[in-house]
Amino acid sequence: MNEVSITVTVNGTKIKANVTPEMSLLKFLRSQGFWDVKCGCEMGDCGTCTVIFNGRSVKSCITLAAQTDGGTVWTDKGLGVCDELTRKLQKAFVEHGSIQCGFCTPGMIIAGKAYIEQGGKPDRKEIKKAISGNLCRCTGYKKIVDAIYDVASHEQEA
Amino acid sequence: MSCFETVGTPAPRHDAWAKAEGEQLYSDDFALPGMLYGKALRSKYPAAVIRSVDTGKAKAVPGVHAVLTAQDVPRNIDVTKFGQMKDVGGGFEGLYKVLADGKVRFKGEAVALVAAETEELAEEACRLIEVDYEVQPGVFDPEEALKPGAYLVSSEDNSNQIMKCHIEKGDVDQAFAEADLIIENEYRTSAVDHTYLETEGGVAWIDENGVITMRVGTQVLEHYRTVAKIMGFPHNKVRNMSIPMGGGFGGKEDITVEAFLALLTWKTKRPVKMVWSREESIESHSKRHPEILRYKSGFTKAGILLAQQVDIVLDGGGYTYLTPWVQMYSNINAPGCYRVPHIKIDSVSALTNNTFTSANRGFGANQVNFATELQMDEAAARLGISPLEIRRKNCLKNGDELCTGFIPQGHIALEEIAQKAWKVLEDAGPKPDDMDGRKIGRGLAIGMMSYGRLCFLHDSSRVGLRIELDGSVTLRAGVPDLGGGQASVLCQIVAEELGLPMDKIHPYIMDTHLTPLCGTTTATRQLYMSGNAALVTVHVLKERILKKAGELLKVQPEEVQLIHERACLINDPSRGLPFGGVVAALSNEGISLFHEGQFNAPFSEVPNLMDIKGRILPDMTYTAHGAEVAVDEETGRFEVLRIVACADVGKAINRHSCEGQMEGGAIYNMGYVTENMIQEKGYTRSHSLSEYLIPTAADTPEIETIMVESGGGLGPYGAKGIGEPADNSIAPAIVNAIYDAVGVRVKSLPVTPEILLFAIKNKA
Repeated sequence: MNEVSITVTVNGTKIKANVTPEMSLLKFLRSQGFWDVKCGCEMGDCGTCTVIFNGRSVKSCITLAAQTDGGTVWTDKGLGVCDELTRKLQKAFVEHGSIQCGFCTPGMIIAGKAYIEQGGKPDRKEIKKAISGNLCRCTGYKKIVDAIYDVASHEQEA
Repeated sequence: MSCFETVGTPAPRHDAWAKAEGEQLYSDDFALPGMLYGKALRSKYPAAVIRSVDTGKAKAVPGVHAVLTAQDVPRNIDVTKFGQMKDVGGGFEGLYKVLADGKVRFKGEAVALVAAETEELAEEACRLIEVDYEVQPGVFDPEEALKPGAYLVSSEDNSNQIMKCHIEKGDVDQAFAEADLIIENEYRTSAVDHTYLETEGGVAWIDENGVITMRVGTQVLEHYRTVAKIMGFPHNKVRNMSIPMGGGFGGKEDITVEAFLALLTWKTKRPVKMVWSREESIESHSKRHPEILRYKSGFTKAGILLAQQVDIVLDGGGYTYLTPWVQMYSNINAPGCYRVPHIKIDSVSALTNNTFTSANRGFGANQVNFATELQMDEAAARLGISPLEIRRKNCLKNGDELCTGFIPQGHIALEEIAQKAWKVLEDAGPKPDDMDGRKIGRGLAIGMMSYGRLCFLHDSSRVGLRIELDGSVTLRAGVPDLGGGQASVLCQIVAEELGLPMDKIHPYIMDTHLTPLCGTTTATRQLYMSGNAALVTVHVLKERILKKAGELLKVQPEEVQLIHERACLINDPSRGLPFGGVVAALSNEGISLFHEGQFNAPFSEVPNLMDIKGRILPDMTYTAHGAEVAVDEETGRFEVLRIVACADVGKAINRHSCEGQMEGGAIYNMGYVTENMIQEKGYTRSHSLSEYLIPTAADTPEIETIMVESGGGLGPYGAKGIGEPADNSIAPAIVNAIYDAVGVRVKSLPVTPEILLFAIKNKA
């Protein structure tokens, strides 16, 4: 079987690995123990596997591992310890009661971070649009929007 | 004035940080050395006879360790037990098979199991299993299935009928003769997928003592007993060290991967993991029961509801599972949350070759509540009274009896909450006729849904507590946490009672060998049952602590309170001791610092199904939903602009969790109106999340939640359950709002733009 050799920096750690050409970034990350990247559909529909790849949020199930060669990937868990905005979002999710089962949470936090980093304003409608690629079945989204809105407001003031 | 420190606050749950930081591990987030991958081969056809299964080629693949069929299952046919203490017998124990044998009864039914070194090898082995199917015509409509000569779904039974139920009160014929207005309609509701974001999965292995050990997220830990029965093991040789679920909604109430994993790990003596793909999950787990509902309602000119006659047909799909229980709920909720003097309800359920149906948030109440609330709305429109007025006139009030003759003990707040929900919509002023060319409409619906299980199941829950020597507390509870905060709320109750901060209570949950069994996370029962069990347990320990503190402070125990990690005088909080000091004194004297307490629900006998009477369920939670919609008459597209969700929650123990259920429930069943589970002759056509569309954030309007806290519930501190009731009245509120906007009442679910457009064009 053909394999591709890749070097990718995940959450600040350089990883060298051989992967099959069709292996998704999701499968690769989970095989490396990055279990905060969740698998909900493997078709790009649900957003639970959202990560930051080379500065942009992507759904890792429809991104090939081979594509990330030489690149940088960050997950919610990794960002939580070194990225201030992610930390603020995590705290806001906890305090606003935005988390029920928690399965969508890591991807949702990444979606919130991407929205704010791209200059997203504290605007409920815009936030909803921005996270509409990330499904949640528990919360009805209200408290998730509350949390992102809260952080976006503080970022705007700062 | 609140006398609570922790109860009633929006305290973050014990697991909130772990979930935010991505530390929480679920079913799939675990591996063991030497672990194999399990895969189920699923039926290609919804109806077929299995002539033979040849596993030879699959078994020959290097790296394939086991290929199992029905013959390899020690006990292949089982009935669902769901952890109740009582053998209820009769039609109430839903039969299913572990692996298909004889007839295949629905598309996606598991026919064989494989364990292999890798997922890819397991898939390849599945492809190499040769199943000789004799395809059958099947039957896909429950009414067709009940006709004489219909195709028989099962190879063992001579009828497709699952169960019949009947409730009667008064004389409906006479009431209809006296009624000024009779409204007759047929309603049809749809199958619904739970669409938890985590699909079914887990890992199993055999421990050093020969115990089949599973790590499977489930709403029903007690399925370990089912696995024991299937395997022919004693109960104490099967263990589920379960983990939090990524959502449940009733879909992880039936057994999922447990028996498959147990069989494969037993056969291979290796750890085995099995995780279902999204397509596999949608195709092969239960759906909400589609129901055909024929309603005849009689009213006086003044809008008083005199009689309800209802005929219900439920599609049970390929196996019985929980159909009889769901049917019971539909039956007793069919008259709606109204005072109805004359009632006649008949229901029948049938096996078909559709995906099997079972529990789904609302459990049979949603279907009938949809129909009732459309009936009431139509009556209001035809009598020229407001949607609020007709509900106020007829809704149940304290002291009224339900259709089985039982008078609920808990408070009935229907009138108040209906008014509150409607007022929010009305306060916005008269509705605009038109918005961007779309018609605006407002709708109201109310509902009732029980919390706690059917009383004849003799339900109970247990919680264990141990006070550590530093004054912290370990709570042990076999409480499956599906994301509703089922475990955290128990910590909150214990913290409140012992005067400790939440973070001093550590919960160890969901391990059948180590945690007292709390029973199922189903039937909106955990706060009611395990909350009361936590109270029972903590009160025993609290009594010991207060007694000792009284001795040390030289006062009576009644004069002491536990607050802010101290035991101090109620009248003079400055006089007191640290909590840990009292604990040390108890320990020194050899007084035990642990306790396991049990709470029992009210028990009743199994009712006569053809004349259901008495207390069927412990109590009800009442809800009201208001909705505002905008409808585009040219395309049939509609948008829900606003939702008001109002409920009497009794007492909100955790404010955020309670609101979260109300918000989540409202959107879950906003989806009931729009989600389109397409099944064609037993084949699921919408088996991905890009075809089965659940609401996204962008589809979701602003939700206003109004919590009424009457204190009139049977749970701790007067709480009621809210998980399932939270979704009960939103779908009819939206459909009533569509009527208000365009004058068309759609009587079947889902309401797709095509269906609505067709109805609008037909009206004109």
